[in-house]
Amino acid sequence: MATPILDKESLIPGKTSKLVLHAPEIAAKARPGHFIILRTHDKGERIPLTIADADPERGTIIIVYLVLGKSTAVLEGMAAGDEISDVCGPLGRPTHIEKGGTVICVGGGTGIAAMHHIAKGHVRVGNRVVGAIGARSKNLLLFEKELTSFADEILISTDDGSYGRKGLVTELLREKLEQDGSVFEVVAVGPVPMMEAVAQTTRPFGVRTTVSLNPIMVDGIGMCGACRVSVGGQTKFACVDGPEFDGHLVDFDELKRRLAAYRAQEQISFELYGKAQQ
Amino acid sequence: MNAKPSTTRPAGKKSLDRREMPCQPPHERRSNFEEVALGYTKEMALEEASRCLHCKKPFCVSGCPVQVPIPDFIASLAKDDLSAAYHIIKSTNSLPAVCGRVCPQEHQCEGKCVLGVKGQPVAIGRLERFVADSFLHAAADDCPEALPRRGGKRVAMLGAGPASLTCAGICAAKGLAVDVFEGLHEPGGVLVYGIPAFRLPKNVVAAEIGALRKLGVRFHLNCVGGRTVLLQELRQDYDAVFIGVGAGLPVFLGIPGENLVGVFSANEYLTRVNLGRAYAFPEYDTPAFPGKNVTVFGAGNVAMDAARTALRMGAESVHIVYRRTRYEMPARKEEIEHAEEEGVSFAELSAPLHFDADADMRLCSVTLQIMALGEADASGRRRPVPVDGKTRVFPTDLAIVALGTRANPLLLDASPELERTERGYIKVDETTGETSLPNVFAGGDIVTGAATVILAMGAGRTAGQEICRRLVGE
Repeated sequence: MATPILDKESLIPGKTSKLVLHAPEIAAKARPGHFIILRTHDKGERIPLTIADADPERGTIIIVYLVLGKSTAVLEGMAAGDEISDVCGPLGRPTHIEKGGTVICVGGGTGIAAMHHIAKGHVRVGNRVVGAIGARSKNLLLFEKELTSFADEILISTDDGSYGRKGLVTELLREKLEQDGSVFEVVAVGPVPMMEAVAQTTRPFGVRTTVSLNPIMVDGIGMCGACRVSVGGQTKFACVDGPEFDGHLVDFDELKRRLAAYRAQEQISFELYGKAQQ
Repeated sequence: MNAKPSTTRPAGKKSLDRREMPCQPPHERRSNFEEVALGYTKEMALEEASRCLHCKKPFCVSGCPVQVPIPDFIASLAKDDLSAAYHIIKSTNSLPAVCGRVCPQEHQCEGKCVLGVKGQPVAIGRLERFVADSFLHAAADDCPEALPRRGGKRVAMLGAGPASLTCAGICAAKGLAVDVFEGLHEPGGVLVYGIPAFRLPKNVVAAEIGALRKLGVRFHLNCVGGRTVLLQELRQDYDAVFIGVGAGLPVFLGIPGENLVGVFSANEYLTRVNLGRAYAFPEYDTPAFPGKNVTVFGAGNVAMDAARTALRMGAESVHIVYRRTRYEMPARKEEIEHAEEEGVSFAELSAPLHFDADADMRLCSVTLQIMALGEADASGRRRPVPVDGKTRVFPTDLAIVALGTRANPLLLDASPELERTERGYIKVDETTGETSLPNVFAGGDIVTGAATVILAMGAGRTAGQEICRRLVGE
């Protein structure tokens, strides 16, 4: 029942890796925007991760994570050939993809990997895809090569100016929106402050803005409501109603608070794990 | 609830009082997750079994959703033939150790017992538990032998809760190949994520599932109906499909402040503690939210489970907040009593208006509307009405909403071909459990809405028998 890791590629040493998992049933149905819930071992916690790519013929899916706590640290400690206890999916609603012209796909951090899957979907239906990606520094920029292979245009920014434009990706986004009136949708996947900033940037332009949310989940199948988010004043379950929502309607402050609900326990778990590894 | 010393009485005279079952003392059990009710000793079980009148027309059997031949198993037990008693129970009930613990016997078998008219009914549930537990270690070896595979006929179950497990047991025993598809990482459904270990130890569930595996039932975990596997795919690959996915979507109050950190559905709180073993954090990775002053909204069995769980997780105070009084609470009387013995308090005639946040936007209190009981409503219970202008602010840092559940949309949205009821559940033929699609059956909460384990098992049995009749002709 366990899911084998076929390949592991370190993207940022000790922090972020790309895992290729043998999961034929999930790969057969995975579409851009879907996520999985995994549990690394039999005492592990269920955590959601967005599917960054799927190959139905090989029966594989790709996930990319950032080490933030114990579960992701355990993942980072695994190697090709190891098995993940439980992988469940594909979950959530797939991205709504329609042909409409130019789409700007904004990605930050590991969110670039998930965004690239969505961008691919837009290319497939014939949309013109502009990838806009940002990181603190050049060596932290992920999936540039993959995106470049199919996107029509790539915009890059780094906070320290080590690569692309110095500054935030939202500045590139604003300029692009000012120049190009054919943009019909902006998609943003990344850290919550980035998605919030993207939504603020696009608001004056009235461009449809889709964000992929990452709240805490337990079952991921609509049974518990841990992942509830306020969207336009209504409560939604990100696991079954999302995870993608209209960025102009999401209550990001609430999302940030809810993401921090277990910070103290997460810290304890992470520290104990760190000590045990020494 | 401690055991009374056994009393001697003249031979041939039936006692009007049932044998009490020993329990962990409340002050001890409120801080551990060990089982509350300890079960009969053999001596107690034989004594209680001797109270059965062996009625010619056993009303108890008619009160049982799976028609366990109750007087027969009690007769075997009274003769000290435990093996015979066990096999009699197993002939209609695939999960006796579970049912002996969580069935509402007072409304079913025991509610119909003739002895209950003048005194106390035979403690059928406790006897069932005693017999089942005697074989728990050997449940996998002692289950009825599976018949040889019949012509390669295959049946799929969606969900691995009590309805599916019962249906699976019946089909497998008749030689059908059974595959169970479960969305979570452990089989058992509500038996593992919902009912706490202090009422239903997880080794009991594991033993019953082990027995099914031994019968040849195959479990496919992390397979979500409507996502990983679709109904239309199963219909192509299997001769019959049983849908027992439960009604898992939690209902919230819909009041301001409900999304504050500190407010949870009972499903989430219990799933973290039960399925995630948050009581053993950080040995297990899943945490539960810590609360000093806990409020629980609702007064059913799930509310009692959540309240008693919160106590065991270290709460200083736990209040069940209910808009009527404790006499109208829908939970089993035994659950209410156990909760109270352990220190759970009741904030009666109180309805939540809004949750309040402190300066850090964390839950700090709930504002309650004071209610009074008015005229009786359609259910016969007196309707709670707000007392004009009377509210109170009730401090709480962990609020658990236990108002019930609705149909989970995952499978239903992915299966538009299934006919539904007005309330959004799956429509079935009550005599067979068949849905609007031929050879697709359904049972349990996804048909009835949130109900009990044993009713789900009854539905699983009905469908299982019909599937066997169609596929193997018996």
